[in-house]
Amino acid sequence: MIGSRLRAEDLTLGYDGRVVAEHLGVQITDGSFTVIVGPNACGKSTLLKALARILKPQAGAVHLDGKEIMSYPSKHVARQLGMLPQSPSVPGGIVVEELVARGRFAHQRMLKQWSAEDEAAVADAMRLTEVADLADRFVDELSGGQRQRVWLAMALAQQTPILLLDEPTTFLDLSHQFEVLDLCAELHEDGRTVVAVLHDLNHACRYATELIVMKAGTVLAQGPPAEVMTAELVEEVFAMPCRVIDDPETGTPMVVPADRRRRRLSRTRQAATA
Amino acid sequence: MITLRAGGLSIRVHPRSLAVGAVLLLIALAVALVNLTTGDFPVPVADVLRSLGGRGDAGTDFIVYQLRLPRVLTTLLVGAALGASGTVFQGLTRNPLGSPDFVGLTVGAASGALIVMLVLGGGGVQVAAGAIIGCVVTSVVIYLLAFRRGTQPFRLVLMGIGVSALLDAANSYLIYRSHLDEAIAAQVWLIGSVNGRTWTEVTIVAVTVVVLLPLVLYYGRHLTMLTLGDEIAVLHGVPVQRSRAVLALAAVGLAAGATAAAGPIAFVALAAPPIAARLSRSPRAGVLPAAAMGAALLTAGDWVAQHALPANDVPVGIVTAALGGVYLSWLLFFQRRNR
Repeated sequence: MIGSRLRAEDLTLGYDGRVVAEHLGVQITDGSFTVIVGPNACGKSTLLKALARILKPQAGAVHLDGKEIMSYPSKHVARQLGMLPQSPSVPGGIVVEELVARGRFAHQRMLKQWSAEDEAAVADAMRLTEVADLADRFVDELSGGQRQRVWLAMALAQQTPILLLDEPTTFLDLSHQFEVLDLCAELHEDGRTVVAVLHDLNHACRYATELIVMKAGTVLAQGPPAEVMTAELVEEVFAMPCRVIDDPETGTPMVVPADRRRRRLSRTRQAATA
Repeated sequence: MITLRAGGLSIRVHPRSLAVGAVLLLIALAVALVNLTTGDFPVPVADVLRSLGGRGDAGTDFIVYQLRLPRVLTTLLVGAALGASGTVFQGLTRNPLGSPDFVGLTVGAASGALIVMLVLGGGGVQVAAGAIIGCVVTSVVIYLLAFRRGTQPFRLVLMGIGVSALLDAANSYLIYRSHLDEAIAAQVWLIGSVNGRTWTEVTIVAVTVVVLLPLVLYYGRHLTMLTLGDEIAVLHGVPVQRSRAVLALAAVGLAAGATAAAGPIAFVALAAPPIAARLSRSPRAGVLPAAAMGAALLTAGDWVAQHALPANDVPVGIVTAALGGVYLSWLLFFQRRNR
């Protein structure tokens, strides 16, 4: 049986009394590339935050390896699970290489401040995210896309078997979007469990081994894209009529929205002739 | 960055910070030595050194050990404590104005001291104890007032400024209602001074520094992570609540000890860390460079207070306040131009 090191049970999530999700449960399949999709404000980023223990659930619990995630020492969790948050604020005056190097904190101690592994992990992370050329640049002087890759490098330097990514493709142009997704796929092939929140359903279907489809704080469907992604589901979740065809490039499901404009036009014409 | 590795251990040093820290410490010690030689009875450097080495004559020993060394050591240690406290607070609040003298801690310490002096009629060590209690109580009050589902650094700074305005009013009232001689004594204390400090004050601030500085150093790496924001810090394994509590309490303690020994000396905690950071070209001053900068600033300030002004032996707080004003204007002026 395939296990789930990371699972959430009966979560109530929210901010300042505003409840985003109730009785929310998910299991992240080990070794999967899980992509969470859903409309804006459906609670997908909130769920990711709860899984990464940066949002405390109002009820329920997140479990890592069978124990409540909050019960571990913080450093222990940080060696198992890393996350790329959505647009973190950048402190001034810090250069790229230093920020990425701070991603090694969980592996360091007072008298083990910079091991050979630290050095290799940082170099690897910077190479994979193609920020090595930016090493000496100030982070707050970079473009949004460059910054996003730097934060990703910092999360990669952490070298965790589980990696969560909150909209890793925002701020990126088309080619960099696919580069980041390819990188995630590579990390997944290397045996990591990758969980990403994505907006683009076609990206999700192309890269995910497992989809989690959310709406209004609940999980509507979970499974391989080919089984889950249907026109009915998209219409139910996004209120968007569409066709689902095979992606000519990969054979994975591809969502083609119906042209509502033409339908509206014909509706107005009918009204005019009537 | 320079890395030293031996066996499974490794230490990472920022060479420029190390150099800046070392040079500042040397400057502080050199000025301290100058301060030991000068005063109403000039003593040659050689005699001072002989006396410090335990081979001086009785007269020189008296001047050095009883009159000058306590003041010089108080100055060095208070400066170091303020510098370290400042860099921790500025890191925790992620705000260059988040230093203990700006967020009301030294004002709170002053309230504690004034209550002892003017209401309870105490003096000496009791005033120091009052300052420490005032500082700690104020910090707790600010924290509780600013606390709302996790402390946001910016709220902490604003709340501190609000509380310090309130306490300033209370302090003024305490002085207004007291007798003239008491009021003058209190006012002098409020300026912040190292004049006439004894081994008692040295002991107070030395104990503070010896206990709390290592703690702050140990948690220095946590502080570096905390400056990236709570989320990033948690994700990378910093026990955020505990680290922040330890760092904040230690920094409060350092500010309290410094204020107990020398009164609310202005601007050293505010200015020392960013100047040290600028010299070492790093985003934030490490604890040791900031402490060395604080010691150098205050020691140099005390030399100026003793020699450069027409009135004899001015309280060092006046000098640091003046320097601080220049520094703040300079900071704002250049920040505007950089944008």
